[in-house]
Amino acid sequence: MTALVDEQRLEEPPSGDYQLPKIKPHTTSEIKAHLRSAKTLWCPGCSNGTITRALVDAILGLALDPEKVVIVAGIGCSGRVSAYLDYSTVHTAHGRALAVATGVKAADPSLHVIVAMGDGDSSAIGGNHLIHAARRNIDLTAVVFNNSIYGMTGGQMSPTTHLGDKSTTSVYGNVEPAFDLCELAHAAGATYVARGTSWAYQQLVNVIAGGLAHKGFSMVEAMSICPVYYGRFNLTADPAEFLRIQKEHAVPASKFDEGESRVHDHYPVGLLHHTERAEFVASLAKVNERAREASRG
Amino acid sequence: MAVTAVLLQGNEAVAEGAIAAGARFFAGYPITPSTEIAEVLSRRLPQVGGTFIQMEDEIASIAAVCGASLAGKKALTATSGPGFSLMQEMIGFAAMAQIPCVIVDVMRGGPSTGLPTEPSQGDVMQARWGTHGEHSVIALVPSSVMECYTLTVEAFNLSEQYRTPVIILSDALIGHMREAVVLPEPGALRIAERGEPDCEPDEYDTVSSTLDNILPRPPLGSPFKVHVTGLVYNRRSGTPDTSDPAAAADLGLYLREKIYHHRDAIMRVEETEMEDAEVAIFAYGSVARSAKAVVKWARAQGVPVGMVRPITLWPFPTTAVELMAEQVRTVIVPEMNVKQMSWEVQAAVAGRAKVVDFGRIDGKLITPAEIKELVKAQFRYHRWEDV
Repeated sequence: MTALVDEQRLEEPPSGDYQLPKIKPHTTSEIKAHLRSAKTLWCPGCSNGTITRALVDAILGLALDPEKVVIVAGIGCSGRVSAYLDYSTVHTAHGRALAVATGVKAADPSLHVIVAMGDGDSSAIGGNHLIHAARRNIDLTAVVFNNSIYGMTGGQMSPTTHLGDKSTTSVYGNVEPAFDLCELAHAAGATYVARGTSWAYQQLVNVIAGGLAHKGFSMVEAMSICPVYYGRFNLTADPAEFLRIQKEHAVPASKFDEGESRVHDHYPVGLLHHTERAEFVASLAKVNERAREASRG
Repeated sequence: MAVTAVLLQGNEAVAEGAIAAGARFFAGYPITPSTEIAEVLSRRLPQVGGTFIQMEDEIASIAAVCGASLAGKKALTATSGPGFSLMQEMIGFAAMAQIPCVIVDVMRGGPSTGLPTEPSQGDVMQARWGTHGEHSVIALVPSSVMECYTLTVEAFNLSEQYRTPVIILSDALIGHMREAVVLPEPGALRIAERGEPDCEPDEYDTVSSTLDNILPRPPLGSPFKVHVTGLVYNRRSGTPDTSDPAAAADLGLYLREKIYHHRDAIMRVEETEMEDAEVAIFAYGSVARSAKAVVKWARAQGVPVGMVRPITLWPFPTTAVELMAEQVRTVIVPEMNVKQMSWEVQAAVAGRAKVVDFGRIDGKLITPAEIKELVKAQFRYHRWEDV
């Protein structure tokens, strides 16, 4: 039993020379070959398309076998990505993507299981599944499309809507502080945590690729823009202007200063946390194999 | 080879039946009185190359079961009332997305935390209508330890054959009762396997299941690159289509009819002493055990009482009840809830016989003595012997 505990507890600090994969961007026709449809129901100016493209770029860049890629998505604007990508895809119920993905990965560990969720999807209705997937360190890559609002239902506040922000259900200003999803995932045990923005496309591709290459639970928070609801209510309805604001607030993790961030509402982007720890499905397989051998006598 | 009986608990029999049926994945959350199913499978599944996962709640459990089934494994979960309520969302997803899986609900007194350790039949309507929207349901009700085993195998067969979630409605009494059972030899029971579609990946979107030929779905991670959704979808291509009323109606009717069209094959009803019965007891699950004793008692005194016991509770055995209504003058419906199935019986009887309902919701089994009184009231001029 002690051996089992030692195996599980061992947490390797990230090796100093760890480098994120550097993915060469692919052509539009290469990307389109991985899409069932390039037509989406996303609003004009929405950056979900950018994030989707970054995901495909990362999959292509790592040369993952498209037949072994499984996309499990929740419900909301982000959930629709499941119908557009030409892999095995599951459009689950609101908040349940990670729990379904856990079953998929445990049943067939050979699959690359990628979970696409929105901010409310992953941290409100699906928050419990997020912290437990992170705690188990199951080899899934969660890509959270964070637009700080419930877009599909028309602009209600979510757990990532900032204090004071307006939405159709916080018309006088939101009195709830926002979740920092990366801090949450890290604290819950995720072994790879990164944040990218729809402004910095190449960085977004690289951090998603890093998550896909990582063995364990990886979460990439992809900062999305929603000019139609969030922007119109709070910043700007102009997508270009919104992207510029996003650029100003995103600070490379290496230069991020906690004190400064409070004043300017900045957030760190890039690789935020990386460590090695026993992966859930692999550990389970090991324990199960021992049980099987013992039962054979 | 000598036939040996083993002493098994109902919950243990469900677990062993699942393994015999080829289930290789279980995800669950502890809840009385179903927990033994999880405990046994956490020990047994690894021994046969399967996977057991304890999830963070019942919602996650049924979600993981859906995921594992989509990845190609026969999968189940087990729970009781409160957990069954939490699972309804994903049972609806499984029905809509046509995902084979088995859900065992070991019923206890409710609502809410209710009577965690006492039996009830309070979830029979939740099994039928618990998830929102129009959908068809298969629910099986064991009334012995042996049936916990055989009906679990049957549940997996039906779920694979009709690509649908199948619910087993056990209860705290059946689940915790121990009986000596002789388990069937491996190979003695029919086991339905999932199979593979008989076409090339690029043809898959062009072929459509019919009521008589329900095509298997290839697993996730295959060249077929399937799309699975809880949205209304085009039944042929599988792509979401919420703007075409005809597509929505086509899918909705298909999901309903793919079960109802086959109800004669799905339906299992046990009739006891019904040939010349003037009064019938309609009883299921643990209550049928008391009812059976009453039929024996009545027959010993020459009184024509019979029993109709639905083993398949959903779809409802309408034909069997109609035939019964043509024959008898009274149908007695004892159940551990208030009138849940007796309403259904009344609808099928449609005034052709008197329906007498009797309910208990105190967590105690309906006793033979209670049913005897109901029978006696139907034969007023009979001189009953004191036995």
